[in-house]
Parts: sequence; structure tokens; C-alpha cells
Amino acid sequence: MSATAAAPRLQGIRHRRFTVLLTLLAAVAVAVVLSITIGSKSVPLADAWAALTTPTGSENDIIIRSLRVPRTVLGVLAGVALGVAGALMQGHTRNPLADPGLLGVTQGAAFAMVASIILLGASSLLVYIWFGLAGALVASVAVFALGMVGGRGGPTPVTLALAGTAVSAMLYALTSAIVLLDEQAMDVFRFWQAGSIAARGADVVRQVLPFILVGLVLAILNAPGLNALSLGEDVARSLGQNIAMTRTIGVAAVTLLSGAAVAACGSLSFVGLIVPHLARPLSGTDHRWLLPYSGLIGAALLLLADVIGRVVAPPGELEVGVVLALIGAPFFVALVRRRKPVRL
Amino acid sequence: MSPEVRLQATDVKLGYGDRIVVDGLDLGVEAGTVTTIIGPNGCGKSTLLRALGRLLKPQGGEVLLDGKRIDKIPTREVAKILGVLPQAPTAPEGLTVADLVARGRHPHQTWYRQWSSDDEGAVAAALDMTGLADLAERPLDELSGGQRQRAWISMALAQGTDLLLLDEPTTFLDLAHQVEVLELVRHLHQEAGRTVVMVLHDLNLAARYADRLVAMRSGKVIAVGSPHEVLTEELLGEVFELDAKVIEDPVAGTPLVVPIRPRSH
Repeated sequence: MSATAAAPRLQGIRHRRFTVLLTLLAAVAVAVVLSITIGSKSVPLADAWAALTTPTGSENDIIIRSLRVPRTVLGVLAGVALGVAGALMQGHTRNPLADPGLLGVTQGAAFAMVASIILLGASSLLVYIWFGLAGALVASVAVFALGMVGGRGGPTPVTLALAGTAVSAMLYALTSAIVLLDEQAMDVFRFWQAGSIAARGADVVRQVLPFILVGLVLAILNAPGLNALSLGEDVARSLGQNIAMTRTIGVAAVTLLSGAAVAACGSLSFVGLIVPHLARPLSGTDHRWLLPYSGLIGAALLLLADVIGRVVAPPGELEVGVVLALIGAPFFVALVRRRKPVRL
Repeated sequence: MSPEVRLQATDVKLGYGDRIVVDGLDLGVEAGTVTTIIGPNGCGKSTLLRALGRLLKPQGGEVLLDGKRIDKIPTREVAKILGVLPQAPTAPEGLTVADLVARGRHPHQTWYRQWSSDDEGAVAAALDMTGLADLAERPLDELSGGQRQRAWISMALAQGTDLLLLDEPTTFLDLAHQVEVLELVRHLHQEAGRTVVMVLHDLNLAARYADRLVAMRSGKVIAVGSPHEVLTEELLGEVFELDAKVIEDPVAGTPLVVPIRPRSH
């Protein structure tokens, strides 16, 4: 065996990973184009381009600029956020069935929204989303703090999952009690729970964008540490990794990403569950590649599901959350049956 | 001139919570040697190794790495000097050999520079040295036990440390694969001058592949020295409660233990 037998193989692996990355970027670009042009009123690509570059105030221009573009941008943001959060969550808990909702963000957001309606009389989407965000963050911090109890050096995957389940169950009970008492809260909750990226303007995008950006930065910083941690705590420590800090950054990233996405779009945590399973066969177990792949696949998946929801039941629309569940659930079952679920 | 001591445990007290496993133990590891710790189950071998590798913080006493307290050195700096391979490490399913070995570069990487030509060179060299280049893209779970253990050692090699602590690197391997792994350890020691500390259960292999043996019982070091000095019939009785005959290994000339029966209590 020659002294450099391994070198060309390593280069081959790296080139393949860049090729996949570019392919996924292209897939997201295609999904963006479809999302901007297809809908209850189809807009030809040339007109859509004109609406973006040289708007004249026509009907198409208004549809594209004030409806389709914010909807598409929100779809990309939420898809990236939920895909990355799901991959982080499964990596940290070593549980292939974990989703970002496990930290209590979904129930936290739901409870804060309905509570703001009956306690403070909140009545606008932006206000609901602010409360949803705050609720998601508070619930996640509570889960993290409870998960620390009894564990040394930060929460363990098991204590986190237990605390998350308990907090979620309690918040769900409170939410149910509120929506049974208050009709307005019930309406908002029903609409939010279905999961949608429609009818949210550029202001919603601006509202959640900073949280998602910070979350993505933390996720990128977390990838190498998570790689080390996936080899077990002893190996991670011997590789010089601070375990408590890695866990804390990971939980913070999941909280910001999924909290922002869930507050703005409702309960879409299914994306976080299935997307890492689609990304892993392409990326392998290296989180430095798994996280970006998951983000891109999440964005493409969410946009395509949204586009399908727009055309499948004219003249109405199906919420993206409903489409995702209808298509995604059987697909996920098939995926899990075809290859045995991965042990993490 | 006395040989340079790389790792020194002084009066260490080790345990998990209230359960103290090792109390008042001293041990020095000299540069360029293969030191093997032997002893019956539960005597504190692995606990001592974990403390030497700063995976376990002593409740008393101190561990010095190159003369400095190991818990005062940033853990990332320690990781550039000292590699630890725990007993039976676990990897996520589907992890390829190349990816595992690449993770050994972790302490050399910063958040803004995740991969360099140094990293690539070190990983390629580690794969070649352990004879795993052809298996680089195979998932770890498809390999034989011996190949898998070589892959883990390869990761520790890519880490680029000249001090290696191995906790029972031959556990769960058949005899041929045990010898395969220990030959690799010997190669690392002889070719690259690495200092190795390992825990082994097989006394005959320990005698063959170690410069120094450390015999432990109930958290205490009973004997330290060359295999000839340590592996005596008397010591086997004292440490393992085993009646045995010690003869000369016809292949290596090292002591060979032939067990007779356990001593009755």
C-alpha cells in the first residue's frame, strides 16, 4: 500500500459533498420559483421577474410583491430553521424520533398566544407572534432548567426529554382549558395549529428573521462539538470538547430556530422530524454537512408542500401543515420501513 | 539522569460520588514506554486511566501532565498532547471510517477553520498507518471487531498526540485480532516513539507487549516493573488470588502464565 493511498479517497468524499450542497441549493431555487409563480392565479415567470425588478402597480405586481414574496421568504426561513433544529435535536438527544417540539416550544408558543388573547385582549397577528416567540423561549428555558435537576454537568438527553414531555403536557392542558372558554382564542388557536405560511406579510418576516439568523449562527458553531459528542461523552472530553457548553449552545439554537418558526407559522414540527432522515443518507453523520443539507431540504420541502396546497383544492387552499402531514406521514412510514431507523 | 516523566499521579483519591475506588495512589509514566495496567475486575484500573486522561477529576491528590496540573491546562491543549480511547466506545450508526478518523482532528480545528491540508494529511497518514485506506468509506458497523478497533485507534492517531491512553483496546476481540491491535500499538511505540498507557486483561499479551507492568488490587498499586519482575507466581497469588505456574514464553521470552486454580477463600 502506498504512503498516500487514503488521500485521493478523502478528496473524493469532499468533492461529492460539495456537489450535493450545490444540487440542494438548486432544488431550493426551483422551489422558490414555483412558489412565486404558482397559485390561485398563475403568474408567468417573465411577469414575475418584471414585478420584482420594474413594478408598475398591476394586479400581478401586487400579488407577487405583497403576497407571494413574503410567503416564499417565510417558507424558506421556516423550512431552514425547522430542518436545522430537527437535525440538532436528533443529534443532541441521540433519538431519531426527536423533533424540536420535544423542548416544549410548540406548546409554549400555543399557550402564550391564547393566554395573551384572554388576559390582555391581544388581537393582531404581530402581537400573537411576539407572545408565541416569548412563550416558546420561556418553555424551552424551563425544560432546560428542569432537565438540569439531578444531572451533573448539564442536562442529559433523557432528563431533557422527560422535562420536555412534562412541560408540554401541562401547557397543552392549560391551552385546552383556555380555548374551551374563549371563542376568539379558539379561532386563533385552530388557525395557528394547522400550520401555515400564508397571509403573513413582510413585517412577520422581519419579526422572526433576527431570531432565526442568531439561531443559525449558533447551530453552525455547534456542529463540530456535536460531532465530538456523538462519539460519547468520554471521547468528546478527550477530544477537548466542553460538554455542558456544547449542550447549552445546542438547546439555545433549537429554541431560537424552532421557536421563531413555530410562532410565525404554527405547529410544523413534522418538518424537523422527517427532514434529517432525508438529509442523512446524503451527508452521513457529519453535522457540519448534515445541518446545511437539512436546512436546504427543509426549505425545499416546505415550499413544495405549500405550492401543492395552493393548487390541490381550488378555489380554496390547504394549509401547508395539513399537506405536510398528508404527504409526509405515509412517506415517513415508507422511509422508516425501507431502511431500518438509524441508531444515533 | 532519570527518564522524563510525562504523566504523574500523586496521592490521588478517585471515585464516583461517595464510592471511593482508588485512595492514595502514586504512579509515574515515563516517556517513550509502553505501560500496561493489570489487575482483577473492579480493582480501579480503568478509573486510574480515566483520571490520567482527565476524564475523571480526582477527589484528592493531583495528576501532572509534563509537570503541570492537568486540570489547570485548557482541555483543548491537553487534547493536543494526550489522546484517550475509552473502553468500548460507541459511534452513531452509519459513521464511516474516514469520518471517524477525521473527528480526531477536532482539537486542532477552530470555528472558522474546519478543515485544512494539515487535517487532510494527518487523517490520510492515520488511515494508512492502520491499514484502513481501502475501508475509508465503509460504515464502522460493517467492519470486523479488529478493524473497528483499528479505526478508533486511527482516530486517536489523527489527533496527533504522542501520549496515548487505551482502556482495554482488545476487549471483545478474538485472539488473532487482539494480536493485530497490539502489534499496531507496538508499531506506534517503536516507529513514532509514542508513550502508551493501556489497561489489558490478558496477562500473557500484557507481558509480551509492555515495557512496564503495573499490578493493581483494591485501588492500590501492588507492584511496578518489567514483566519479569512483576509477573511472578507469588504476585499472581497476591493480586489475582490465583495459583499459577509462570514459565518462559517460547516465542517472545517473556513470562507466560499458566493458571492452575483460583485460591480458595
